[in-house]
Amino acid sequence: MIRISNLAKSFTLHNQGGAVIPVMAAASLRVAPGECVGLTGASGAGKSTLMRLIWGNYLAAGGSILVGDLDVAQAAPRDIIGLRRTTLGYVSQFLRVVPRVPTIEVVAEPLLTLGLPADQARARAASLLARLNIPERLWALSPTTFSGGEQQRVNIARGFAHAYPALLLDEPTASLDVVNREVVLNLIGEAKARGAAILGIFHDEAARARVCDRLVDVGTFTPKADA
Amino acid sequence: MTDQAYNFAYLDEQTKRMIRRAILKGVAVPGYQVPFASREMPMPYGWGTGGVQVTAACLVPEDRLKVIDQGADDTTNAVSIRKFFQRTAGVAVTEATTAASIIQTRHRIPETPLHEGQILVYQVPIPEPLRFLEPRETETRKMHELEEYGLMHVKLYEDIARHGTIATSYAYPVKVEGRYVMDPSPIPKFDNPKLSDSPALQLFGAGREQRIYALPPYTQVVSLDFDDHPFDPSKAAHDCDLCGAAASYLDEVIIDDQGGRMFVCSDTDFCRGRREAGHVGALGVPLAEGGM
Amino acid sequence: MGAAELSILAKQKQTEQPLLAVRGLTKRYGRRIGCAEVSFDLFAGEVLGIVGESGSGKSTLLSCLAGHLAPDAGTVVFDTADGPRDTVRMAEAERRRLARTDWAFVHQNPRDGLRMGVSAGGNVGERLMAVGARHYGQIRAQAVDWLGRVEIAADRMDDRPSAFSGGMQQRLQIARNLVTGPRLVFMDEPTGGLDVSVQARLLDLMRGLVREMGLSAIIVTHDLAVVRLLADRLMVMQGGQVVEQGLTDQVLDDPQHAYTQLLVSSVLQV
Repeated sequence: MIRISNLAKSFTLHNQGGAVIPVMAAASLRVAPGECVGLTGASGAGKSTLMRLIWGNYLAAGGSILVGDLDVAQAAPRDIIGLRRTTLGYVSQFLRVVPRVPTIEVVAEPLLTLGLPADQARARAASLLARLNIPERLWALSPTTFSGGEQQRVNIARGFAHAYPALLLDEPTASLDVVNREVVLNLIGEAKARGAAILGIFHDEAARARVCDRLVDVGTFTPKADA
Repeated sequence: MTDQAYNFAYLDEQTKRMIRRAILKGVAVPGYQVPFASREMPMPYGWGTGGVQVTAACLVPEDRLKVIDQGADDTTNAVSIRKFFQRTAGVAVTEATTAASIIQTRHRIPETPLHEGQILVYQVPIPEPLRFLEPRETETRKMHELEEYGLMHVKLYEDIARHGTIATSYAYPVKVEGRYVMDPSPIPKFDNPKLSDSPALQLFGAGREQRIYALPPYTQVVSLDFDDHPFDPSKAAHDCDLCGAAASYLDEVIIDDQGGRMFVCSDTDFCRGRREAGHVGALGVPLAEGGM
Repeated sequence: MGAAELSILAKQKQTEQPLLAVRGLTKRYGRRIGCAEVSFDLFAGEVLGIVGESGSGKSTLLSCLAGHLAPDAGTVVFDTADGPRDTVRMAEAERRRLARTDWAFVHQNPRDGLRMGVSAGGNVGERLMAVGARHYGQIRAQAVDWLGRVEIAADRMDDRPSAFSGGMQQRLQIARNLVTGPRLVFMDEPTGGLDVSVQARLLDLMRGLVREMGLSAIIVTHDLAVVRLLADRLMVMQGGQVVEQGLTDQVLDDPQHAYTQLLVSSVLQV
């Protein structure tokens, strides 16, 4: 489902004398449907960079990133937008929403964007929020006022609202209590069971061991210092 | 007696030709505002300088002129314009609607039906019906050109929203031959139906704004309205207290300090004609006995 | 959920005809460049953000796109009901008809986009009347509906916009523009001059409308937070030139051009 070959990434800092900083080279990786692959490596090794390259908000310097049959490294913005709407989901570490929008709407939005009727979208959002133990009295409030753990659960609910065939998970269980961590791990398990290809970053080793079928060390993708 | 110091009807011949050309263009394009080089007249703007120039350009020595202001032949404005043309053109004058060949009017159309061959000249203060919502002349001209008349209905919409009905009671906008939206000058909307299909030629002159427009005889003129708020040419629910006319436009006259009042025809010639024919209103006395 | 969703997905493999196709659009002011050689496609349902500082040419570009300004060169092909047409070369009457039917324009200053002497209801009703609505009751019903959609209470509909707050005026301007169901909305700094909390409400409203009506929009702004939340794609302008364009979060998170890097790094967190 996700096939990365020979991927390279560098940053050019025009405002710092045009310094070119290579951060990734010759990265290759595959995630099959129903499989969960965990990214490992030291902090700064490029785990989040790889996720962003796949999501498309980082521009690849070379190589290819096939999600389904779309090469994100080459695709037009319009196609990436379509991919994100229908195929590729992303649970980032931070919730980024329009202030003052009710939580239930935030979670339902990916489904509304797909054209699902509002009542069905809200019903699905409500069941996820309930499952993630967000008290119903908070659903009508904006998540911007919530605690870190609550925001993270809203973010997860939003990421799991639609049954994406491919999912990127950036620390989905961080800052969660035991009960909610269990809910999230079950959600991941269910997504795998329905055939989703999942690529994740898990610092929580127990969680990693439980859901990941394989691990990939991004440290091997770091360019040689003299390159 | 003509004052020989003036050319016939005050204006020089070149100016009259210029105005006649504007009139002919107006007749050719009913409802379209034709710009013309309005002259200074020996009376202030707002006293009918546009109408006077149109009348001057139309007058021939054989004409018989009638001038009315709010329907009356004997108010200051009417009297001074009538005297102006008696002195500068030496034409005959009349107060009888049927006897006149040219009628200059401010704010009324005579009650007596007009006939073919007559010319009705309106004095117009603001010729642009779109002006009150769109102050830019460049834009209003463009709107006429492209028939973008939605704004006219916004005005009527605002009336209904605020008053429950279309409260515009004078200068009520009309559409001419399905094309141009036109301001009929500040005549009461009661007179609007008389604009349409009239046997007479109707000419409109705005002196300060330098515009002439026209309705040739038998032109179709429709008052704008909404499907669910149709045009209603209403008048006071009263009969004329002098002549008893039920269907003429009325003025309300205060007659004492106790709040006493009477309603009389605004068209003085029409009222006198009816009383001469023997009609008597609630407060009137038969004319033969020398009453009002 | 599966079956219903699949049919929806299938529908989204839409037509490939862009709603707006811009090629080589150029406008000069004497020797100075307003905007130069701008080209892009906008598809149905897409929101394009145009950012840049004052004088970068973004407002000139928007004016040329919306037909308020005649460009010196280039084409702006809009997919009209009768097929693709170059709006630069079409007759003015036709372009103005587009402007009151398929297009809408939301000005930064509501005073430029509203009739301040006309009630809120009349402001919303004007476009309906301009396209031939002649039933007062129906016009009013549609005005109430639209005022509700932009969260203006029905009992304010006979008030003039001068009695409204800035945020309400802006929402009224949006209602007035969208009542005839346009397909493309031009917005010039739509949240400029509004308090942050009022901006948020407006942003949410615009997002919802874009989604529900399948609107396409072109939004000119210097506020990167606004485009982050509203725009699918972003175009960065400097000195009349487009220096970078792409997916909004890509341009903001991984800017390639020196100017964009400067622009992004100059902003507190977006």
